[in-house]
Amino acid sequence: MTPAAASSLIQERFAVNATVTGTELGVILPPARWGEFAAFAKGTLGCTYFNWLTAVDWKEQGLEVLARVEDLGAPLVVTMRTRLDPGATHCATLTGVFRGAGWMERECYDMFGVVFDGHPDLRRILLGDDWEGYPLRKDYAVDTPHAPYR
Amino acid sequence: MEVKRPLPQIPAPVWSEFKDLQEWEKHHQERPGGDKTSEALASIAEAIHHFPGGWIVTTSTDKIFNWARKSSVWPVTFGLACCAIEMMATFASRFDVERFGMVPWASPRHSDLMIVSGTVTIKMAPMLKRIFDQMPDPKWVVSMGSCANSGGPFRHGYHVVKGVDRVVPVDVYVPGCPPTPDSLMYGLLKLQEQVAEFQKTGARPTPTELP
Repeated sequence: MTPAAASSLIQERFAVNATVTGTELGVILPPARWGEFAAFAKGTLGCTYFNWLTAVDWKEQGLEVLARVEDLGAPLVVTMRTRLDPGATHCATLTGVFRGAGWMERECYDMFGVVFDGHPDLRRILLGDDWEGYPLRKDYAVDTPHAPYR
Repeated sequence: MEVKRPLPQIPAPVWSEFKDLQEWEKHHQERPGGDKTSEALASIAEAIHHFPGGWIVTTSTDKIFNWARKSSVWPVTFGLACCAIEMMATFASRFDVERFGMVPWASPRHSDLMIVSGTVTIKMAPMLKRIFDQMPDPKWVVSMGSCANSGGPFRHGYHVVKGVDRVVPVDVYVPGCPPTPDSLMYGLLKLQEQVAEFQKTGARPTPTELP
């Protein structure tokens, strides 16, 4: 699918304007339609390759979750992003659509504390199970004590 | 396309199931009842030492024992990060520390030396401590590279132990990022000098006090 066709489909179905840069589409979604859009991107747009998922901490403006899905054949790249409400940490999971999102969501939970509702196994992946806090958040102090090593 | 229901939960490994093994290691490594054999040997050596003229025997046997110790320091094969590549080069034929009697050994239970080669993260520190505890006394530790010495470039990160001397007692620090095989070899020779002067004190030095 061409980026222009994909853009018009997104406009029609989700009523958001996608920014088009070459083959790249940027889509800003409300959190409620996060999982629905992923299913749409995979099924209708043909973006079967799940590239990455991460988050950005915008301090008092809240967390932003980003994911990038691609159609390697077309080529078409869709960067989907959603801004959670200030103080909110819950987001829908993509594991029902993309199985590979599981570990990335676990990492995102590990680093940013974004709780992905419906994730089959949401626990820390890189840090120890006894870790307190979420180190990639802006309000995390680097010298937060961690007994007995710091 | 429907959003599929997530799969059922995968059971997480329960570390408490290994409680017995940990208890066993704690009991055997920290020796809450004291080391009976070493104490008996020490009292025999003490008796010989105080016998008239016996000090000649004890001091010369000390020298022989220390020479034997220093000539067969076996490092445990334990690489943590990129410093391990330089450590492997040191073990390999070009630099060849085997001519100093150092055989990289793949079991901590037969080893005398642990070369901490790389960054120690807070998650790794308990495992490192555990490997150290599994080594029989007398044992030595070489801290290799900036990361193991002080945390290095990751010192201000959120997950790095700021120097491995907070976890295990260190005998020789080798600076560098990573240290060349020559540096590490120099450190190992320094360690041999230290081992040659080894005296049985009956206790290991404790790790650096935490601030």
